[in-house]
This record gives sequence, structure tokens and C-alpha cells, in this order.
Amino acid sequence: MNLDSLIPNLGEWLRGTGPESDVVVSTRVRLARNVADYPFAGRASPAQKAEIVARARDAVGRADLPHALEYLDVPAMPALDRQFLVERQLISRELAAVLDGPRGVAFDASESASVMVNEEDHLRLQVLRSGFALDEAWADIDKLDDALEARLPYAFHAQFGYLTACPTNVGTGMRASVMLHLPALGLTKQIDKVFRALQKINLAVRGLHGEGSRAFGDLYQISNQITLGKSEPKILNEIKEVIQTILQYERQARTVLMKERKQAEQDRVARALGTLGSATMITAEETMELLSVVRLGIHLRLIDDVPATAVNQLFIQTQAAHLQKLVGHALDGEERNAARAKYLKTRLRELGSHRQ
Amino acid sequence: MKCMFCKNPATVHQTVIVNQQKREAHLCQKCARERGLIPDPPGPQIDLQAVLSLMAAPQLAPAGDAACPACGMTYAAFKAGGRFGCAHDYEAFRPSLEALFEKVHRATAHRGKLPAELRSAARAAALEDFRDRLRAAVRAEDYEEAARLRDLIRRTEAEGNPG
Repeated sequence: MNLDSLIPNLGEWLRGTGPESDVVVSTRVRLARNVADYPFAGRASPAQKAEIVARARDAVGRADLPHALEYLDVPAMPALDRQFLVERQLISRELAAVLDGPRGVAFDASESASVMVNEEDHLRLQVLRSGFALDEAWADIDKLDDALEARLPYAFHAQFGYLTACPTNVGTGMRASVMLHLPALGLTKQIDKVFRALQKINLAVRGLHGEGSRAFGDLYQISNQITLGKSEPKILNEIKEVIQTILQYERQARTVLMKERKQAEQDRVARALGTLGSATMITAEETMELLSVVRLGIHLRLIDDVPATAVNQLFIQTQAAHLQKLVGHALDGEERNAARAKYLKTRLRELGSHRQ
Repeated sequence: MKCMFCKNPATVHQTVIVNQQKREAHLCQKCARERGLIPDPPGPQIDLQAVLSLMAAPQLAPAGDAACPACGMTYAAFKAGGRFGCAHDYEAFRPSLEALFEKVHRATAHRGKLPAELRSAARAAALEDFRDRLRAAVRAEDYEEAARLRDLIRRTEAEGNPG
């Protein structure tokens, strides 16, 4: 597969549609699985890891799936391509740059389903969906899991369930996360209160890029921490309930914003668009913050000529590896900031010309 | 605060909540011991049983010494690195793991999805149980229960043959 063919496209999960998409950007479910009778990936020899790759590729290739998954070998890939796949949420930073030895990823053309091989666990299955779609994502990944299990006997324990390299994943091996855009809760300074409540009920809050990452652009991921002792539907239901509450809070905060300071919000959105469209140097962080304001403006109907999908497109295309692939060569930090500004200016002008 | 029984300083405090009714007791060391609230002080004699059980049962030794027979990972190494070496570690470290999982997950047993083979075995066992209960219900002429069980059997059978 030539990764360049992916550049102009958006993964299905970034369409900006789907249930509750005014607040929920995307839903992700992943399953950690290990193949029986091999040491876990962290302790397997290169020969054993190569065997796991071969068996996983075979299982993925023969699996009866609605969309075929294509396998890519990570060690054979240039660093830029690996970073590109990280930005598209198809592989982890660890698989890209920290781990070594035979490893890779299989994913489908819509980038909805992927299987990482020889990450922390032999297999990390993932399904991504646009909007708030936990049940649909679970149904998809359950099928993918069954299809792989038919050819790859999993390490399973009668008491402990699916066995994983890390004790925090044992049991279901499932981590379900929902990415939320919460600008109004941020503006009205209620966000910390919400998150303190979440931690009490064992749900984790993270920034866009997972563990330890800062929340840029008012994007937050909410996910379950407990994987043992509850069924998958029960875990999903607990998340669903909490998300419903957060959705309510965010929408209330948006309503208050519109009531009390509509003019100021209108101004903020216009200035954000202005900066994005006219800067000559801009960092990824500033871009994210400004795109967050534009996204809020779209959902508050303060602007109606920029589609939500376009914001998602700008958001992913302005990340470092995407920019460098668009330009066609490596760029250092300063050059990236200039290239980013130029790209934004061009794209927003194109969108503007559609407006007239 | 003084002991409720003898007016010595109270050092043992107990709060009991029964049916949302809170009851508090404040006692001195001596009165608490007399009423069995705290154990007797350890005597000078050696607890022979404890010593014997330690000697006879090496698996009760600290789990830090346990090593996985398959991959050689020790419990100490697992605790230091936070990752298991292979699936067999779960059996090798089992006694210590239950306490760990209780802390991390507040549970010690899986309740979710099963691999296909176990799933069909569990379904077969459930069907057998439903059929036994159906026969019993028919014998007892409890037709409402029988109808409920018949639906349950149909649903369970359908789950086994999707599509």
C-alpha cells in the first residue's frame, strides 16, 4: 500500500458525523489479545515474534470480514510513514518508534478497523467510529475478534479471562474510549469538576494522544480503567451513562454562552478564522486551539459556511507527518510552522471561494 | 472520653451501623478485651501451628520467590517491571494476583466474553438446565413458567446459530 493514497482522505471516524457529533468526535474500542503458547511480545525472541506476525497475517488474510485488512510491516517503513500512521490513530507511538523486532499493523481502507501485531500484546484490535457509537463499535470488534480467534487460539484463563501482558488489561482486554470536544465546559471553568467526578467512578480522562498527553483543543478522551469482573456490555453502559451526563453539561454551558455573550463568541470565532487564514507561521498547538473555536462556532451556528468535516480535515492534515507528506520532504520545526500556515491559508481560501 | 463501663480513659471506639441506625461504643482496653472486642495479648508460647504450616507449605512463602516454570519470570521481576512474561505467569503467581486484581479492578474473576469453544459449552450447559426446569414446570402444571422457559430455550438456541 502506498500511504500517500491516504493523505487526501479522512478516516471514516473523522467524518464529523454520527450520533451526538456536536460534542462527540469519535468512539474507539480496542481489545488486547495474546496467542496461546508463546511468551508475550516483550519476552518473545525475534524468531517467535516473526512467527506471531506470520500467523496473524494469515488469520487476518483469511478472516471472513466485510472489509479486507491490509498488512503493513512497520520496521520496513520510513520514520515519517510511521509517524503518519500514529497521527491517523492506526498505530501507537510505541509500535512506531519505541519497540523493535518484527511487528506491524493491518487496517482496512476506511481506517475503521485495525490490528497491531507485537505491540505490548501480540494483537491489539481496534475499531474507530465517528460520533457516539459504543454499541456499534463493540459489535464490529466482537466480530473481528471472533474471526481472528477462529485461526489463532488465544491465551485464556478460566478465572482471569483473556490474559494480557499488563495486569491493567486482563479479563476483557477491552478499553473503550470516547473522544469529546468540550470547549464550553472549558470556557466556563467547569471542566475540572467534571473530571474529578469521573476519576471517582474509575473512568480515565486523557488528552488526544492517550496516556500522559495534554488536552489540546478542548479534546478529551474518556475511557474505562477496569477490565476485570464486568462484562463488556456492562462496561460500555457505564461509560454511556457518564457521557450522557457530560453531554448535557456541555450543551447547557453552550446555551449559557449563547445567551450571555453571543457577540463575544461571534467575535472569537471570526478572529480564530482570521488568524488561521492569514498567519504566516503557526504551531500545531495554536492550530488546534483555533480549530477548536471554529468547531464550536459551527455547532453554535455562528458560522454556517465551514463544514465540520473540513475542520477535522484541517486538524489532521496540519499535524507534523501529514504536512511533510503533503509537501513531499522533511521539514524542521520552523519550516513546519510556515508550511502549516501556508496550507491553512490555501485551504481556507478554497473553502471561502465555495462560499461566494 | 471515658470508658462506658469503668470510667477509665476510653481507647477502643466502635461504630456499628445497623439499618441506618448508628451506635457508638467507647471502652477502655480492659473492658474491651473482656467483651471480646479486641483479641487477647499474644502469650509467651510459640505458635507451633503457624511454624509448622510455614515449613510444610512452601507455596505460602512470600510470592517474591515464585518463578514461572514456563518463562522463568519471578514475581519480584513482574512487580518491578509491571508486565507479565507469558500466560503461565497468571497460574504461577495466582495467590498474589488475586490481591493485586482486587486492588486494580475490585474483582478477581472474569465475567465477559468467552472464546467460542467455551461459549458453546456454556450454552449447552444452560440449555440442559432450562430443559430440566421446563420438564419440572410442566409436571407441576406451571404453564406460565413453562412458556417463559420455552422462549428462553428458543432464544438461547438462536444465539448459538446466528445468521
